[in-house]
Amino acid sequence: MSFEPKIVAFCCHYCAFAAADLAGVMRLQYPPNVKIIKLPCTGRIDVIHLMRTFEDGADGIYVAGCLEGNCHYMEGNLRAKRRVRYTQQLLDQIGLGGARLEMYNMSSAEGPKFAQVAREFTERIRSLGPSPLKRGREEAEAAGERLEAVGTA
Amino acid sequence: MIVAEQKPLDELRQMLAPYDRLLILGCGTCVTVCFAGGEKEVAVLASALRMAEAIDGRGKAIAELTIHRQCEPEFVAELREKVGDAEAVLSLGCGVGVQAVAEALPGVRVLPGLNTKFMGQTVEPGQWKELCAACGNCVLDLTGGICPIARCSKSLLNGPCGGSEDGRCEIAPDVQCAWQLIYDRLTQLGLVHLMEEIIPAKDWSTARDGGPRRVVREDLAKLSQ
Repeated sequence: MSFEPKIVAFCCHYCAFAAADLAGVMRLQYPPNVKIIKLPCTGRIDVIHLMRTFEDGADGIYVAGCLEGNCHYMEGNLRAKRRVRYTQQLLDQIGLGGARLEMYNMSSAEGPKFAQVAREFTERIRSLGPSPLKRGREEAEAAGERLEAVGTA
Repeated sequence: MIVAEQKPLDELRQMLAPYDRLLILGCGTCVTVCFAGGEKEVAVLASALRMAEAIDGRGKAIAELTIHRQCEPEFVAELREKVGDAEAVLSLGCGVGVQAVAEALPGVRVLPGLNTKFMGQTVEPGQWKELCAACGNCVLDLTGGICPIARCSKSLLNGPCGGSEDGRCEIAPDVQCAWQLIYDRLTQLGLVHLMEEIIPAKDWSTARDGGPRRVVREDLAKLSQ
């Protein structure tokens, strides 16, 4: 059975999610691997959300917001861009790989772009393979390294 | 406030290598404001470490906790019950916090997660600059509220030196000449004549140069009586 990536797309209400909606209305095909999470603005995204999503088993994540200069909340998408960049560096340092995270910009009219991004990113993650976290956790279990949580009151 | 920066991840991983069960301890005051060791930074670091270790096929158990201030004995005292069975505590407090926690938890390995840098102010969220060197004898009245000890590269008391050009210090193009700033500020205040009074050579014994310092308020402190 070939690897089916688990992908989470954080989409802003005003542009990316609207584009996703439009892609649906236009009956455009894109891989079912992409699970969409709607945010009021990509500026809502924080580094910890991206980290925990990878920790919980995502193979790839992308953040999709309005075109730069057109964020409904002025600069939310610029904040998201900085945070995505920071997280990419952190992911490179820990060995997960910053390539598994990306930021995209689109307008609410770009239904085809939404579908194209979904397709391209899914293929990128498919060629990268499953998150190294899965294999690592299996190895740790096999080595009997499963530890109970540190008890704190 | 105290400004600090997180140590590089590689350095932290090396420091933490001998321990399988960790508590990462944040601080809710200065290091939260400079985004180095607050609750969010604790969460991100814990997640990064968990994933980094898992990718290497090791399982570290990592707990997270943030207290209001690590430099406050009252808050640190609560830690004794909260450490649980952690083998080491990675403190994301400033140098003061790390030491206070280490003292409160004898027998527990307490490690520093940050490099404490300076006392300074927020320029903008994400940027901080050094403003005070804790010299112990403040001369801000003579310099219009701009510190020559902390902000002049040479800590001159009667600057500027010959290296001041276009309001910039010769050591780096992005360092402002403190004495240019002082001159401008005193002029604005109508006090530029203060620059004609020579400030005598500084007695550094009130600074760290005089040894570890202590402040006692005899009207308040019980132990000193």
